[in-house]
Amino acid sequence: MFNEYNPINKIMFQVIDNQGKVIDSKLMPNISDERALKAYKDMLFARTADLQIVNYQRQGRIYTYPPNYGQEAISGATATIIEEKDWLVPAFREMGAMLAKGVSLKELFLLFMGYEEGNAFKNANKVLPISVPIASQLLHATGIGYEIKYNKKNELVYAFVGDGGTSEGDFHEAVNFAGVWKVPVIFIIQNNQYGISTPTRIQTASESLAIKAIAYGVKGIQVDGNDYFAMLRALEEAKKVCERGEGPILIEAVTYRKGAHTTSDDPTKYRTKEEEEAWDKKDPLRRLSQYLKDKDLWSDDQEEKIVEQYKKEVDRQFIEAENFPEYKPEDIFKYMYAEMPQELKDQEHSLMEFYRWKNEKVSQTSKK
Amino acid sequence: MNLVGAINDALDIKLNEDKNVIVFGQDVGVEGGVFRVTENLQKKYGKERVFDSPLAESGIVGTAIGMSVAGLRPVVEMQFSGFVYPAMNQIISHASRMRNRSRGKLETPMVIRMPYGGGINALEHHSESMEALFGHIPGLKVIAPSTPHDAKGMLISAIESNDTILYMEPKRIYRAIKQEVKEGKYTIELGKANVVSPGKDITVVTFGAMVREVQKAMVMAKELGISVELIDLRSIYPIDRETIRNSIKKTGRILTVTEGPKSFGLGAEISQIAIEEAFLYLEAPPARVSGYDIIVPLPKGEHHYMQDAYKILYEIERNVKY
Repeated sequence: MFNEYNPINKIMFQVIDNQGKVIDSKLMPNISDERALKAYKDMLFARTADLQIVNYQRQGRIYTYPPNYGQEAISGATATIIEEKDWLVPAFREMGAMLAKGVSLKELFLLFMGYEEGNAFKNANKVLPISVPIASQLLHATGIGYEIKYNKKNELVYAFVGDGGTSEGDFHEAVNFAGVWKVPVIFIIQNNQYGISTPTRIQTASESLAIKAIAYGVKGIQVDGNDYFAMLRALEEAKKVCERGEGPILIEAVTYRKGAHTTSDDPTKYRTKEEEEAWDKKDPLRRLSQYLKDKDLWSDDQEEKIVEQYKKEVDRQFIEAENFPEYKPEDIFKYMYAEMPQELKDQEHSLMEFYRWKNEKVSQTSKK
Repeated sequence: MNLVGAINDALDIKLNEDKNVIVFGQDVGVEGGVFRVTENLQKKYGKERVFDSPLAESGIVGTAIGMSVAGLRPVVEMQFSGFVYPAMNQIISHASRMRNRSRGKLETPMVIRMPYGGGINALEHHSESMEALFGHIPGLKVIAPSTPHDAKGMLISAIESNDTILYMEPKRIYRAIKQEVKEGKYTIELGKANVVSPGKDITVVTFGAMVREVQKAMVMAKELGISVELIDLRSIYPIDRETIRNSIKKTGRILTVTEGPKSFGLGAEISQIAIEEAFLYLEAPPARVSGYDIIVPLPKGEHHYMQDAYKILYEIERNVKY
């Protein structure tokens, strides 16, 4: 597959068309109807949550949030294939994959509400925290890959970055190191066409992002990232390659960020309605749901009902997050060192002294 | 005019009068910057002079060094100061050394603009104030305005300077302060502090967004009968020793207010200056309000970290009572 779809051939791997019709049944991944349906429901849950979070943000109940809207198939396919033993190294638009690894929606809420606990992932193993400095996490993925190879484990690393991130030095170093070390890492570029306002053509003069793999001696492929089956099949093949010790793999998942970069961003400044409408026709959820409807596995009625359920579940977890206890002054000094140095203890003490003074001051003033 | 407008005005003036001035960075072109600081400049001056770069801080600063060595005057933007670290290699290894290394033959006249500081309920890496880190780099000048008037004059001076200037923008007050700003071109001498308001009991030295917090504390201090002399540093490196010395000679006390971590911070540097320059005038140990030696907390814990008027008043009171 990686020969046929060598990025030099300039073909994007696709399995279903925009109407959800299978283009070539030989390309289909190994997936049962039940699993396909589950994947769709999970993607729908992620989208429901995502849209709801933007509403919470508008209501002032959560701070800046980077939506996943329109990119759900990439995380969706990762969610299908990733196992407990595998590592997930996210950027910040991989909600579906994170939920599949056991991160809770509540934790994601906590993070975007401004609690560090949102990155603690209490019930999820082998997931790195969300990485804000663009592309820096990819080197960690390569390092994890080294450990897997060193200890001869049968594990994989799924590492994410955006199109903008491919311009950072860390991206190139990570893929280069991984290529030299031949480690089992699947790098997934979510090419959603924009780094904030900057279109991909300003990030690179390359024909594609997948083609960058060639220079590092790494297998690459460009995949329709809005095609759940194509993503899953590409990941299946990538997994086989890695398991043979022939990794890493670089996957460019071509998609579109239907929402804003973050809730602080206004895309009307830099892109047109026409462009948005053209991409809307390729919406990943609509394509998969059409496929399922054609097989009588799904209906609008079912969708409506389940979305209502999902909204309630999202709300439930959101309210739980809203009721998270407030931080006490001492909380901000935690987790800096294995053991807190005296210097920090002293600083914590000085903050406590200040609060004692302030409370007296404020109560004196209110007595007046 | 607010701070955003004043910085935009300064860029506009220099782009207009000097064709060697080039403005680039992430999202500064079409979008006009995530904070709209470079709004309309691409429309006005074209894509060759104001443009979006690939997403790579090291790339932005490194290419700006090349441009400046060759005779251009680039003004580049780091989207947030918390993202400058990939560019630190270029800043420390090249921008700050090129003149010295080439024995004066090569210069890097460029400005690196970057919004800094906390108090805006931001994600991780969006709230740091690392002036001490930058001030510790020999060969680099580090400045930070606190008002729209200063922002404009200081940026014009920075662009005209033949040194590499790190221009820290207090994003927390980007739109919080409005004032009349002189039309047209004016400059503010770099390296000179500004005595914002004279006082007699204690000198408070600060810069950027903290000037406003000190002013709030001063109102409360006044009710307690304490008269504060407020110095806005404007320039972190070089530091205006003379203004600090003269003020201590008058007040006998000094407090610094900074947002960055406490240890090895700007407050420590200024305290030492106080000791060196005015030891015999000091009536109390130089004091500081700063951050703590921790990661700036996310919004739910940030208020414990931040230096508000009460924290400043607390230290003023302690110092005066000493």
